[in-house]
Amino acid sequence: MTILIWIIQLFFVPVISPLIIGVIKKIKAKFQNRQGSSIFQFYKDLWKLMYKDEVVSKDASWIFLYAPFIIFTVTIAVGASIPLFASFLNGPTSDLLVIVYIMAISTFFLSLAGMDTGSAFGGFGSSREMTISALAEGGLIFSLLTVALVSSSTNVFIISGINILNHSQHLLSIMLAFIGFFIILLAETTRFPFDNPSTHLELTMIHEAMILEYSGKRLALMEWASANKLIIFIALGSNLFFPLGIAQNISWLALVIGIIVFLLKILFFSTIIAILESSVAKFRFFRLPDLLITSFILNVIAIVLIN
Amino acid sequence: MLEIITPSVSFFVLLSIFFIGAISSLIYQKNDSIANFLSSFFSIIGSLCGLFFSVSMIIYGKNLSFIINYPYSSFFKISFHIDLLSAFFIFIISLISLFCSIYGVGYLKHFYKKYSIGVFGFFYNLLIGSLLLVVTASNGIFFLIAWEIMSISSYFLVVYDRYDTDNIKAGFLYLIMTYVGTVFIILSFLFIYKYIGSFEFIDIKSGISLIPLSIKNNIFIFTIIGFGTKAGIIPFHIWLPAAHPAAPSHVSALMSGVMIKTGVYMMIRLFVDILQPIPVWWGILILIIGSISSLLGVLYALTEHDIKRLLAFHSIENIGIILLGLGSALIFYSLNMPELALLGLMASLFHTLNHAIFKSLLFLSAGSVINEMHTRNIEEYGGIIKYMPQTAMFFLIGSMAISALPPFNGFFSEWLTYQALFQGVAQLNLSFQGIFIIAASSLAFTGGLALTCFVKAFGIIFLARPRSTKVSSIKESPLSMRIGMGFLALMSILFGLFSGYTSRLLEKIGKDLSIFKDTNYFTSASFYQGIDIKNSFASVSAPIIFVVLIIIIFAVIFIFTFVINKNQKIKIENTWGCGLNLNKRAEITATGFARSIILVFKGILKPSIQNEVEYHDADSRYLPKSRVITIHVKNIYNYYFYQPLRNIINIISLKTKNIQSGNINAYISYIFISLIIALLSVL
Repeated sequence: MTILIWIIQLFFVPVISPLIIGVIKKIKAKFQNRQGSSIFQFYKDLWKLMYKDEVVSKDASWIFLYAPFIIFTVTIAVGASIPLFASFLNGPTSDLLVIVYIMAISTFFLSLAGMDTGSAFGGFGSSREMTISALAEGGLIFSLLTVALVSSSTNVFIISGINILNHSQHLLSIMLAFIGFFIILLAETTRFPFDNPSTHLELTMIHEAMILEYSGKRLALMEWASANKLIIFIALGSNLFFPLGIAQNISWLALVIGIIVFLLKILFFSTIIAILESSVAKFRFFRLPDLLITSFILNVIAIVLIN
Repeated sequence: MLEIITPSVSFFVLLSIFFIGAISSLIYQKNDSIANFLSSFFSIIGSLCGLFFSVSMIIYGKNLSFIINYPYSSFFKISFHIDLLSAFFIFIISLISLFCSIYGVGYLKHFYKKYSIGVFGFFYNLLIGSLLLVVTASNGIFFLIAWEIMSISSYFLVVYDRYDTDNIKAGFLYLIMTYVGTVFIILSFLFIYKYIGSFEFIDIKSGISLIPLSIKNNIFIFTIIGFGTKAGIIPFHIWLPAAHPAAPSHVSALMSGVMIKTGVYMMIRLFVDILQPIPVWWGILILIIGSISSLLGVLYALTEHDIKRLLAFHSIENIGIILLGLGSALIFYSLNMPELALLGLMASLFHTLNHAIFKSLLFLSAGSVINEMHTRNIEEYGGIIKYMPQTAMFFLIGSMAISALPPFNGFFSEWLTYQALFQGVAQLNLSFQGIFIIAASSLAFTGGLALTCFVKAFGIIFLARPRSTKVSSIKESPLSMRIGMGFLALMSILFGLFSGYTSRLLEKIGKDLSIFKDTNYFTSASFYQGIDIKNSFASVSAPIIFVVLIIIIFAVIFIFTFVINKNQKIKIENTWGCGLNLNKRAEITATGFARSIILVFKGILKPSIQNEVEYHDADSRYLPKSRVITIHVKNIYNYYFYQPLRNIINIISLKTKNIQSGNINAYISYIFISLIIALLSVL
């Protein structure tokens, strides 16, 4: 049974992630008074891209060719080492620093792949991506550290197993840290107000600029990995800060409840993201550091408040 | 006169190998290839012996001390004390010098007929030998002699490429800074001698209570300046980004990987071992210095486009990270938490080892590229991965290790450092907690910025299209250089994979120091479980990270290459350039890449742009003939520290000039006055 749960855990992120993209797009379409495409459209897009031929730049090296595989691998590995619907699995790679730094591998190769083709778009996309992720790292580590200190463990499964909301004296810290984390979530998953995931306007794009030269299978993997990253951050945000409904022991009922609750949490988060994207304008690039530093400072206050 | 037991003989044999190497390469300096062979042969053999010696010392946990009395002086004795800490540093020195020497066999060839290889071999072997002396000497005077040999021999290696006047200037700066540092070290030893009456480290340690606290604080400040100058902490680091680019690449690797660590070694030796017990503010100061050095080091690295200066600034950053571990260890010990102190010390020792490995790997692979390109400006590189694929791979591994990406070694020592700092945040009261929060946040931002900097470095050097015509004529470096780099890359992976086992040994080394004799471990480590922090706060397991990542990546590549749409066709085409002809000017430059982050930190880096336009006709100013844009970064340490210092010295020397009138009568009266003062003071 544990093996079965592990298999569900391993495939949960890549299987569900295209759905969130569809849901967010659907909600955004509704806001714009459009019908919008089906919420399963992203699955069809991935399928279509997988079966297309590819064009690769003659300037590209093996970094460009293998980066999609590495980045996708990272999202799968991290997706399997964080609590999704069950808190008792306790993987050996579930230390929060391990997770943060393994995700840094994907940032590293994504940016290198962006530079590899020698296109100006890719280069500037990489530069912007690295600027944002360098500044986001402090906020990310510190927001996770806040919940780790409250539950006195840096293992994300253990954190989600201890319902930190019961520590009512730390409620203010946890909420501050969550706001800080949510800002980082938007930054790392290239959402508004940091990046516009649906634009191809060269002045604004970050993530799309880096993957501009990709096509076919590799583009599919890149897009898919980016969707996986979104679900990973949503899982961290919902299960570490609000670990309600997560399965605490091995029983079918708890697991089914866990999965349903997690899907609801994902729906809730995607609604918030969609509302945000429909109501907020993208920030000017040099205002983004202010937002990231705000996140960092909120987390520092949260940590100081714990003692 | 000689009281020698068997293991000490082996240590003397070790030293004499380097000495023979030095002398013999000097003797055969007429013939470049023989001199190269002799110098490399003896340094390789010596390093191998050093490895065996230090590993056996660490594994058997033996301490070794022996003294050669020098009959004509009471305070000067050639005395050695090799405990596990010394053995650990001998290990680092031998490991790095082994691969640097192998690399040197091929690298030195391009100096043939230009400079004397024999002289190089002499100073090179002398440097390694003196490094070994520095970490084993146990007498203040003897230590200073070894320290001076190290400084002088490295100075001559820095100015080895002497036809370039910049190198002479860099060497001069290095010499001045070294001597400023040495003056402070001598001062601190004299202070100690005044109260203890001996230069022997053992006597100092046993009699440390004789020194009053205020004097001890002075000694602390002096040693921080003295050894901090060698280690390259900000603001005493200015020689480092000048001297490292000047030296031949494998000497840069040796200097950056090993020589600056002798400063760290002496800080550990003095603050953790000899001068204990110490007040808590020492640790706080070291923690703050570590935070500043790591953050400013990486920020200045981002502004550089000279590859070796960039790496030199990263050395400053990593020394900062090492000091974060050391500083937290000192604070914990002063607050009577020896278990956590051991954790902090472990973290700093582990990072010392790891930094030595990946930084020398980066310097060597940068050296291979420079060797082919004959320039250090990364704006002229580009696309080198296609011409030097193996060097590119080694540089990539080094970049990933220094950016602390798992599963390479850098991650595990930074992880330990984080744990030490997190424990400080979790367990101490508010005033100390603040310091630890600052330290942890500087480490977090440093990690992110280092990643940015190495994306920039690797991307601009190796990826995309060549940015100058020189690139198309380069080829992969010779075998011996690739062997040197390859083994260091392997070490980087192995010390990551075996981080559990390594940290077990580091605990043992820490426990060998007298203050940790009865300390319980705060961590437990084994191969499979990796490193566990007690009370299950955190754990990391390198082998499992390895296995997980490797299995998943092979599965992913297999599925998406051979299962889904396996008949996919790949067409090779030009990069899309909006219909324009893509040339090298369409690519992003290193300056452009780092520009946005420099602007974010403009409060610290103070970037400036100078715009010079020359017009075809100066009157109407419509048609610009040429535009020059100079982008500059103001160095705050120059502006706020060295500039005022220089001004003060200038003012003082102008004032003292007044007494120099050129009139003999005045000089005689000076002599007379000073004579009277001397007489009065005697009476």
